[in-house]
Amino acid sequence: MQRFANPLRFKRLSGALLPWTSTATLALFAAGLWLALAASPRDYQQGETVRIMYVHVPAAWMAMFVYANLAIASAVALVWRHPLAEIAARAMAPVGACFTALCLVTGSLWGKPMWGTWWVWDARLTSVLLLFFLYLGYMALANAFEDEARGTRAASILALVGAVNLPVIKFSVDWWNTLHQPASVSRLDAPAIHPAMLTPLLVMALAFMAYFATVLLWRIEAALAERRVAARRMLTEAGPSSPALRR
Amino acid sequence: MTRKRRRLYVLLLGMIGLGAATALTLAAFQDHLVFFYSPSDIASKPVPRDRMLRIGGLVEPGSVERAAGDPQIRFRVTDMANAVPVVYAGLLPDLFREGQGVVANGKLGPDGVFRAAEILARHDETYMPPEVAEALKRSGHWQHMGQGDKKPAP
Repeated sequence: MQRFANPLRFKRLSGALLPWTSTATLALFAAGLWLALAASPRDYQQGETVRIMYVHVPAAWMAMFVYANLAIASAVALVWRHPLAEIAARAMAPVGACFTALCLVTGSLWGKPMWGTWWVWDARLTSVLLLFFLYLGYMALANAFEDEARGTRAASILALVGAVNLPVIKFSVDWWNTLHQPASVSRLDAPAIHPAMLTPLLVMALAFMAYFATVLLWRIEAALAERRVAARRMLTEAGPSSPALRR
Repeated sequence: MTRKRRRLYVLLLGMIGLGAATALTLAAFQDHLVFFYSPSDIASKPVPRDRMLRIGGLVEPGSVERAAGDPQIRFRVTDMANAVPVVYAGLLPDLFREGQGVVANGKLGPDGVFRAAEILARHDETYMPPEVAEALKRSGHWQHMGQGDKKPAP
């Protein structure tokens, strides 16, 4: 773990990974979208509308997966003060917020024709909306302080507090009566989804995952470059005798 | 090292405390977090009369009645143990059909008839192509009538 916390080592690693993840993103999205929109059958109840699932469900999975990563990175940042964990947490928050927004919007578009309503305040929908607000709160708090380190610390605590929402989202459909249906894929018995529709769903999920990896590596690289520029500017402005040199 | 360890313990303790607090709060609010009542809840628990509430279940097969020239539709919502008669006048969602999940928002009258102001369809977690559904029905392996997954409330 410690070895990858070094920014130089990270740059070498991300340089090696990025060509693979970016190629995988393009290939998986091409295959996944073709499978989802053209090659897969319509549903026996929902007809063609079921195709919204191939975007909605991976977006929802990623919204929760990114938040779990955000909470872990925040914990590492708080306990071990790894600068790379702080940068990674700050870099992934907007990406996770976008996945959550995509999940909410596609869910709303799906709810109108199937349920007959754009939105209801049931436990699943409300807890996902709360997740979206947690992302927004993290970003606002992280940038609310003059001192970046203080902002990261405050936002990290928020991210950890918000992590209790993740099991609530996952199990909301089992604990309470909701309009949202229960899980189709992660069940104890076989998935309640036909293989002809499960395959495109999983390919799309992999595409989302590869996209997240690519964008996260890019954003961390950009943040590292920004820090170096800021550090260099401070050096040249302060002159050689300044205390900034000794850091 | 020791400061890091202390921060780790404080963090773990905080997360455990927070998790316990959340679990207790959610358990205390259990009955208020449900989106709808089942027909069995209506039969067994005191539910507010003359106030908007939601009931959910399956549209009982064979119960849908539409009189000619009458905008009202009558049907029964069942959870396989109890059933509640519902009257409704308005637009129905596409997925509304007998045996399908449904959530009705309205008032329970003194006569036990639920007067719905809004009907929402509820679909289950089963997805399959129409041909597969046909084949299952023909071979007698059909078990996905509505929300077969939701066990009826005791």
